[in-house]
Amino acid sequence: MPSLGADMDAGRLLEWYVKPGDAVKRGDIVALVDTDKAAIEVEVFEDGVVGELLVPPGEKVPVGTPLATILAEGEPVGAAPAGTPAGIPVVPEAPTVPPSAAVPERPATPPAPAAAAATPPTAVAAGTAPPSEAAATAVAERPTVAERAPAAPPRPHATPAARNHARAEGVDLASVTGSGRHGVITCQDVEAAAAAQRAPTAAPGAATKPDRGPEEPLRVRASPLARKVAQRLGVDLASVPGTGPHGEITWHDVEAFGGPLPSAPEPRPAARPEPVGPPAAEGARPTGATPTAAREAAPTSDERYAAMRRAIAAAMSKSKREIPHYYLSQRIDMSAALARLEETNLARSVTERLLPAALLLKAAALATHDVPEVNGFYREGGFEPSDAVHLGVGISLRQGGLIAPAIHDADRKDLDTLMADLRDLVKRARNLQLRSSEMTDATLTTTMLGDQGVESVFGIVYPPQVALVGFGRVVERPWAEHGMLAARPTLTVTLAADHRASDGHRGGLYLSAIERRLLKPEEL
Amino acid sequence: MTMKAPIASESELRSTVLELLSQVAPDSDPNAIDPDASIQDQLDIDSIDFLNFIMSVHERTGIDIAERDYTKVATVNDCVRYLAGKAG
Repeated sequence: MPSLGADMDAGRLLEWYVKPGDAVKRGDIVALVDTDKAAIEVEVFEDGVVGELLVPPGEKVPVGTPLATILAEGEPVGAAPAGTPAGIPVVPEAPTVPPSAAVPERPATPPAPAAAAATPPTAVAAGTAPPSEAAATAVAERPTVAERAPAAPPRPHATPAARNHARAEGVDLASVTGSGRHGVITCQDVEAAAAAQRAPTAAPGAATKPDRGPEEPLRVRASPLARKVAQRLGVDLASVPGTGPHGEITWHDVEAFGGPLPSAPEPRPAARPEPVGPPAAEGARPTGATPTAAREAAPTSDERYAAMRRAIAAAMSKSKREIPHYYLSQRIDMSAALARLEETNLARSVTERLLPAALLLKAAALATHDVPEVNGFYREGGFEPSDAVHLGVGISLRQGGLIAPAIHDADRKDLDTLMADLRDLVKRARNLQLRSSEMTDATLTTTMLGDQGVESVFGIVYPPQVALVGFGRVVERPWAEHGMLAARPTLTVTLAADHRASDGHRGGLYLSAIERRLLKPEEL
Repeated sequence: MTMKAPIASESELRSTVLELLSQVAPDSDPNAIDPDASIQDQLDIDSIDFLNFIMSVHERTGIDIAERDYTKVATVNDCVRYLAGKAG
């Protein structure tokens, strides 16, 4: 179980995307893990072949617990993909079902540490240490995730928007016929397929969307992740009671309703003797030791919010306890940057439009080249600068709390790429679809409260990082220059930094470096 | 392509707008929106969410909402009117 942030000490495995025998490559997404903050897609950090899945879906284990074993390419044990050893039945149609060998023992065995001890030497243990080495799991792309195409055939041609839409609707792109140029699948194709999926009895080939009466609800209200989980479990969303805002169905609800029972070969809810009522309310939860305590009931959204608050409390308290912060602020003339932006956007269609945020991120990333002391980690009594600049972006979640996933290599990306990455990141954060590397890799974090009208924000450093850059709102202010007074759009940028890693003088140079770059937006 | 055919009725435009908003703000309830109050305020969405919304409108309807026109699509009713005007 990788540490997906300084504030995480345990995680619940939700779903495996791989099975024993699958070949995996570094960066492949292999599992879905629930932290107190969000469901995170865990990437594998080395190439190899999946040996054994040690933690079954639904189980919560401490950070550091091995999740699976990865065998080096050519390693004898279980290297043959199909004829898996020990008669483990690998069901190709149900990749999320772990080997039966792992299942029967589960109720009898205490969850994590024992499993760790019993792990063969080839087990890749995930440490709390450097996050980049933490997640030891496995790989090949599985069709369980709608967005991902089956392994062998090439990905269906589809527009990125169509892909997103398909993922949100739980539509398998492979089953959609593209009507775009060269047969590319468009968003409309996905919508048509989704509509057909929702109403299988509707006349086929109806290109028009079903007409809905004004009183009729649009559809069952559920998050995209809930839909995905429901589809996988074969749960009918219409029968799941929602506990989210306005009764929206969250994936926790779906799970609570027809939770992942790894040993159940039959993923149909009818075959499950589980209560059809709403998930147990907080007070109603059994408090005594349950024999099969390995699997906890899915948390309600209130519990989830409380958990997120606790996680934030832990990380921020740790930061304020250990990190001697210093704070700096500087007002920047934004007229050149905004003029440049306006000029650029005028000639562009909506799909290519830039927001000031893209310029700010690029300037903050590039400025670390001048003052590397703000970019990196403070660990074990020393500062470790980072060559890469992975910029964390604070995103507040509407359901409460916040999350700060990273845009990788922000200093090397052009503005268009940064803008696209930022939009994608915000969209996925809203849907709680983030990846492990995004949660652990940030080398410097930014926060932008400008949208909320805040003029300046002084942050708290997120450990083990050493600095946090705050951007406020653009406001028109009197600006004196060369003895002349004028009204200019201005923005206040701030730095909260770890005095163990840098001093105020260097921090000041960093803010100046950001300003210098924003005054020459054509070079960003 | 037939997809870019003008979207006929206002009610269809309205349901499209509400559906696209629900994608941008998956944890909110577009049906509970006051059609005459600010979308951004009610859904508590930021400028990036709003851009995502504008882009999805473009993708669905082919209508490009210019940056200077953002104030004309601030509410659901305004947005529907604006799109109807462009589509007509």
